[in-house]
Amino acid sequence: MSLLSFRNVWVEYGDKVVLERVNIDINAGSFVSIIGPSGAGKSTFLRLALGQEAPSQGQVFLDGKPLRPEPGPDRGIVFQRYSVFPHLNVRENVIFGLDCASSPILGRSFGAARRRAVEQAEEMLIAVGLGHVMNEYATALSGGMQQRLAIAQALVKNPRVLLLDEPFGALDPGIRADMHELVTGLWQQHQLTIMMVTHDLKEAFKLGTRVLSFDKRRVDPHAPHRYGATAVYDMELTRKNQAAEAARMMAAI
Amino acid sequence: MTRLVNIRPGRKAAAGLAAIPLILIVIGYMIASAVRHAANPADKLLPTFMAMGKAFKNLALDADPITGQILLWADTLASLERLGIALAIATVTSILLGLALGLIPLIRAQFGALVATISVIPPIAILPVLFIVFGLGEASKIMLIVIGITPVMVRDVAAFVAALPQEQMIKAQTLGAGSWLLTIRVALPQMMPRLIVALRLSLGPAWVFLISAEAIAADVGLGYRIFLVRRYLSMDIILPYVAWISLLAILIDMALQFISRKAFPWANRSSN
Repeated sequence: MSLLSFRNVWVEYGDKVVLERVNIDINAGSFVSIIGPSGAGKSTFLRLALGQEAPSQGQVFLDGKPLRPEPGPDRGIVFQRYSVFPHLNVRENVIFGLDCASSPILGRSFGAARRRAVEQAEEMLIAVGLGHVMNEYATALSGGMQQRLAIAQALVKNPRVLLLDEPFGALDPGIRADMHELVTGLWQQHQLTIMMVTHDLKEAFKLGTRVLSFDKRRVDPHAPHRYGATAVYDMELTRKNQAAEAARMMAAI
Repeated sequence: MTRLVNIRPGRKAAAGLAAIPLILIVIGYMIASAVRHAANPADKLLPTFMAMGKAFKNLALDADPITGQILLWADTLASLERLGIALAIATVTSILLGLALGLIPLIRAQFGALVATISVIPPIAILPVLFIVFGLGEASKIMLIVIGITPVMVRDVAAFVAALPQEQMIKAQTLGAGSWLLTIRVALPQMMPRLIVALRLSLGPAWVFLISAEAIAADVGLGYRIFLVRRYLSMDIILPYVAWISLLAILIDMALQFISRKAFPWANRSSN
């Protein structure tokens, strides 16, 4: 059974159809890259998985159960920006997620629970390469380090699926390459399921085991919002065909 | 030649430049006062600094023969008590309503327009209502300040909370936070420095409302005193009292600024 399935999903805002007839199954352990032109509903698709948005028709299932349209701790998210807490230091940013689970009233743990949380958070921070800045405020970090922190925050909750919304879009090319290495490493090590929206085709093919390309199948020039987008290409990548698929894809676009 | 807009004074030069107008005002006052006293030694309109110092010393050190109190301290204590209680009520209300309006769309839909409407009512215009409802005691004066500053503070902090990045709110929910933890762990701490800014900006109006209320109905207080001695044209008391009120206002403002810097260092970092 697939981890996440979209069954005949439509998203409409009034007359505007954003997504139509989306039928996709995401298997556990896959790394799905989502690409497509601006306005093709990539981010809307990700927000469906996140629960930030509800489908107008159809259903989304997580582990076979209908997904409540609300973000929850079983789905981690890293946005392009603003996903760390500026009023907490790096260590506290990661502990936050652990405290939410262990202390629903105060949101803060004490004693042995606190020591366990600190230990777990520090371990995760070292894994993402932030061991040396744990006492800094989150806003004092560079863009790349803030994204590392956002990933650490999400991973410490052991989410069923990790959602990345153009996570490296605002970073320099060099930093981006480091982040690719980090994410690939964490994905293998923690056996994560990842869905990543990106504008960068190379990035999509380099990281993904599967690439979904969203676009509109039909366009009515007199009513551009009449038809929604859907996954027009769905490619499983293996090491062997990765380069070939990428080349074909580039040619098609 | 360097353009005027690009000439920046150093620290010492800036302090010197800032002092010049103040010194000029003091000298101008002394000359005007001397001229008037040369024409009429009993002039009350522009008292000399000596006369003001003496009057202020009497009020600050000597007990009033009728009440046995030292007037300056009695007035200061009474006024600061009214101001303090009012600021505390306004602050607590702003925290509760600011979080509720800023975070919960249902409450914003239900009460947002009401708060906006209340905030346009001129507080002084409803002072008679307050006197009728709360009597002439402390409650009406405190309520005037509360009604005068709270709606503006509430709207400011509520707008700030509502404008916190949506990404952060979603992120917190994916980390397991519900409405309550979002409120106390994400929104509240980030709102606090903004609340202090709102409070500092409200201090000016708060003093205006305090002195207005005291001028109309009180038997002790800084505003009461200056309006009382106005009948005797006692500028030698009024001017030092105005200076004293200004000094208190500056000290309160500096204290709030200090608290904000110490308690919320992260907030002042991003503005740098």
